[in-house]
Amino acid sequence: MELSNFDKDLLNVLQEHLPISERPFKDIAEKMGADEKTVIDRLNELKKAGFIRRIGAFFDSNELGYTGTLVALKVKDGKMQDVAEFVNKYAGVTHNYEREGKYNLWFTLLSPNAKYEEKVLNEARNLEGVEGLLNLKAKHKYKINVAFKLK
Amino acid sequence: MAGGLDEIDKRVVKALQSDFPITAEPYRELAEQAGITADEFIERTKKLKNMGAIRKMGAVLKHPKVGYTANVLCAFCVEEDRLDTVAKNISARKEVTHCYDRNTAKDWNYNLYAMIHGKSREECENAIEDIRRENGITEKPALLYSVKEWKKTSMKYYSE
Repeated sequence: MELSNFDKDLLNVLQEHLPISERPFKDIAEKMGADEKTVIDRLNELKKAGFIRRIGAFFDSNELGYTGTLVALKVKDGKMQDVAEFVNKYAGVTHNYEREGKYNLWFTLLSPNAKYEEKVLNEARNLEGVEGLLNLKAKHKYKINVAFKLK
Repeated sequence: MAGGLDEIDKRVVKALQSDFPITAEPYRELAEQAGITADEFIERTKKLKNMGAIRKMGAVLKHPKVGYTANVLCAFCVEEDRLDTVAKNISARKEVTHCYDRNTAKDWNYNLYAMIHGKSREECENAIEDIRRENGITEKPALLYSVKEWKKTSMKYYSE
């Protein structure tokens, strides 16, 4: 499926802003000189075709009372799958990627309290095959998940 | 801060975490899940947005689907007294979607992280070279290319 100019405009608008109103897609349609039904139908198609990862609210985890960190593990050869699958089971692990480099498994962890974070980090550190752990706390978030302009 | 959120706010947050309906009156459907009226749901969502608990209402695209098939988490070493300036320069670039500074560790002296997207590895690495040149970053950055995605999901708040 190729994106038309209308699709690109629609996705550009929607990446920036989804109105908080009774009829948000009607508001978007009016802004684009289209009608509500066209916008809704097309967005459903674009979502079904896999262009949209998520639509809706994106939260500031700190404002909701959670603290986040980036954790890097040094995992021994042959143990990657076991360790990765163990880490995946924790609530609060939203991203978990195997990466190139001496620290080869990187995950983000959101915790409702310090005790939970400590528990996850201790358990991860002591997993069989884990030879090192970095707990990399963000000090300042300069840019977070900004839109991609489609041309 | 979470202290400012009451039980109804938390129900609104939970409803907003579920799949957002692409229908004529999406907030009305979410309000039903939260057990409040559409008007109240909209008011509370606006309040959450204004107080910063919601940082964005909108869509996030699937990067590979729209042509950005390469991405790299790039970790730089930047002198502490220039960190803020360099981080702002890097954040201004369109290839960069995330930029955070983080603490260092014993065998890990990288302190600035940027998520860089491109149409190829070459495009990502050209952007990194530009960043280094423009900001005088002499130390070689760590290019943490992903090998495998084990998990990528949205957080479910208030579900524990």
